[in-house]
Amino acid sequence: MTVRIHVPADSAAASVGADQVAGRLATEIARAGLDARIVRTGSRGLFWLEPMIEVETAGGPIAYGPVAPADIPGLLAAGLIDGGAHPLRLGPTDAIPYLARQERLTFARCGAIDPVSVEDYRARGGFKGLERALAMTPVAIVEEVTASGLRGRGGAGFPTGIKWRTVLGAAGDQKHIVCNADEGDSGTFADRMLMEGDPMLLIEGMAIAGLAVGATQGWIYIRSEYPRAVATFTRAVEACRRAGILGAKVGGTGPAFDITVRMGAGAYVCGEETSLLESLEGKRALVRFKPPLPALKGLFGKPTVINNVLSFAAVPTILADGAKAYADYGMGRSRGTLPFQLAGNIKFGGLVEKAFGLTLGEAIHDFGGGTRSGRPIRAVQVGGPLGAYFPADYLDTPLDYEAFAARKGMLGHGGIVVFDDSVDMAEQARFAFEFCAKESCGKCTPCRIGSTRGRETIEKVIRGEAVERNLSLVDDLCRTMTDASLCALGGLTPYPVLSAIEHFPEDFDRAPARVAAE
Amino acid sequence: MLPILHELQETFGYVDRAALPLIADALNLSRAEVHGVVSFYHDFRSEPAGRTQVKICRGEACQAVGCRELVATAERRHGLTLGETSPAGDLTLEEVFCLGNCALGPAVQVDGELHGRVTPDVLDALIAMSRSRGHA
Ligand SMILES: Cc1cc2nc3c(=O)[nH]c(=O)nc-3n(C[C@H](O)[C@H](O)[C@H](O)COP(=O)(O)O)c2cc1C
Ligand code: SF4
Ligand code: FES
Repeated sequence: MTVRIHVPADSAAASVGADQVAGRLATEIARAGLDARIVRTGSRGLFWLEPMIEVETAGGPIAYGPVAPADIPGLLAAGLIDGGAHPLRLGPTDAIPYLARQERLTFARCGAIDPVSVEDYRARGGFKGLERALAMTPVAIVEEVTASGLRGRGGAGFPTGIKWRTVLGAAGDQKHIVCNADEGDSGTFADRMLMEGDPMLLIEGMAIAGLAVGATQGWIYIRSEYPRAVATFTRAVEACRRAGILGAKVGGTGPAFDITVRMGAGAYVCGEETSLLESLEGKRALVRFKPPLPALKGLFGKPTVINNVLSFAAVPTILADGAKAYADYGMGRSRGTLPFQLAGNIKFGGLVEKAFGLTLGEAIHDFGGGTRSGRPIRAVQVGGPLGAYFPADYLDTPLDYEAFAARKGMLGHGGIVVFDDSVDMAEQARFAFEFCAKESCGKCTPCRIGSTRGRETIEKVIRGEAVERNLSLVDDLCRTMTDASLCALGGLTPYPVLSAIEHFPEDFDRAPARVAAE
Repeated sequence: MLPILHELQETFGYVDRAALPLIADALNLSRAEVHGVVSFYHDFRSEPAGRTQVKICRGEACQAVGCRELVATAERRHGLTLGETSPAGDLTLEEVFCLGNCALGPAVQVDGELHGRVTPDVLDALIAMSRSRGHA
């Protein structure tokens, strides 16, 4: 039988040479006349081991990594296609501790299948949720999602079922399902991995949403920084159309549902849901006033469900296994699993999907292995560029929406960015203002002007000019931004700024710079 | 309108101001509206980029592993600041905020291809490779 060898086509794996590995492997297989076939998959999310390749054996997949093209002849000589011994052999993939200790629901298939093969997806339990949904009433689907306790994974943590109920109840000749795949937060890559590794899960989730609220039109807005995700997702949509899963009869028997793929154009604010809708409509992406909610007047003024990639991707599991099975994971009001991302100065960076409740320290140490530099951890930013900076003594915070909010932080999209003791927190605060100024949509003054003023003021602090007075000015500016910004870009930029000042005051206590002439 | 603008940029390397009235006519919009859209998004450039196009990630995860030094070195070695194209038109250096490669930073995109753990020397090698491809 032809042996399958999996080589990731994931962008991050490719960024460290996976395409070259696949190329060399193909050449060597042909040269040796081996009965083996290369399948390009997504990544398992163990990025320090990329390029990680896997061989399908009777006993399951065996992993090898990190593999360089020059390793290929040696690997084949060592009996790679039978899972043979070699210094790069990591053993059965599922037994690698980093993976074995996870609770992968959403990412169960990612890296293990051909992302654009309907057969592969189905063989690993795909479309079970959609099949069940097709036999249910819209109200029952919405109730199932509500009962699972699923909260939006895009950042705000709003209950998904409640949003869907509003759209179901809204009158409209046309309704839309919109997937927010703008993933602008630094330190996050879970949406990208899923679109490149298991896009049909997202397609299935969006199709179920369509059934739940009576929408026939689906849209996905993918950021332009992710060209591979755009390409793979588009191929997956085409494959689903050919298989009759999308199109005139969703899942073969349901009402119509199809998905249009759109690419962003490099604006962070387009991740904000109303800005994204403006952008989809082909306009300048200015944030809209709310109300009206997008659920009632969304895309082209029609009732619209807009959710993050991971929110939709959680839905097929909820439908297939039942709301209770999903809700059994987690803590407090954070139910289910969170695919969090270990990033920045971290030894074992990657994707870890676990039930809510693991502490930040467990994530960083037990999975991440501490800093990549080997130096002590000084600060951790969770939740993207608008997330607070936590000091090392906050590592006991559980990964839970409320626990983070209680410490004036936010979990956001689950990105965890680790900094060692070489970080200058005044510079980080300066950057937070700079980022806000660059990405502001410009609609409100506190965000547009305040961020630039904030950056200039922190620069004065860094130069040691009237430090106390300028810090109190920053405080005032932050208060205005918090109170008078229309969206969270202006409203939450104070988080990273004020947390840096609060937890790392020593970095702001600058002596006046000496005049160069002295 | 975004698909049209992406298509123009893909084909010509930039969105020529001369094309705006045509888009406006085709979409039944005013010229000002089209200009407003083009100028809102960071992706659309009004002038051609260099033959080698480098986007260096300045997001926080890459900051944590030294992207500031990477940027400073690249700027110094090539005599450009981020956002500039060399006078000879062979190189554009740009900033980007997150390329989704935050576990393997510093991340850089060269001619649309993503690279991870990029040191200043690796970046020079990538630029040299892009140049040799371009002149081949
Ligand atoms: C400035 C800004 C950027 C945002 N970026 C994203 C993003 O990239 N992806 C995302 O899913 N949500 C993002 N959001 C949150 C969305 O506005 C919205 O809450 C989300 O799409 C709702 O989906 P969910 O309930 O499934 O999380 C952003 C919000 C703001 C204010
Ligand atoms: S806070 Fe900033 S980004 Fe948000 S609407 Fe106001 S100006 Fe636009
Ligand atoms: S922050 Fe640089 S790739 Fe994400």
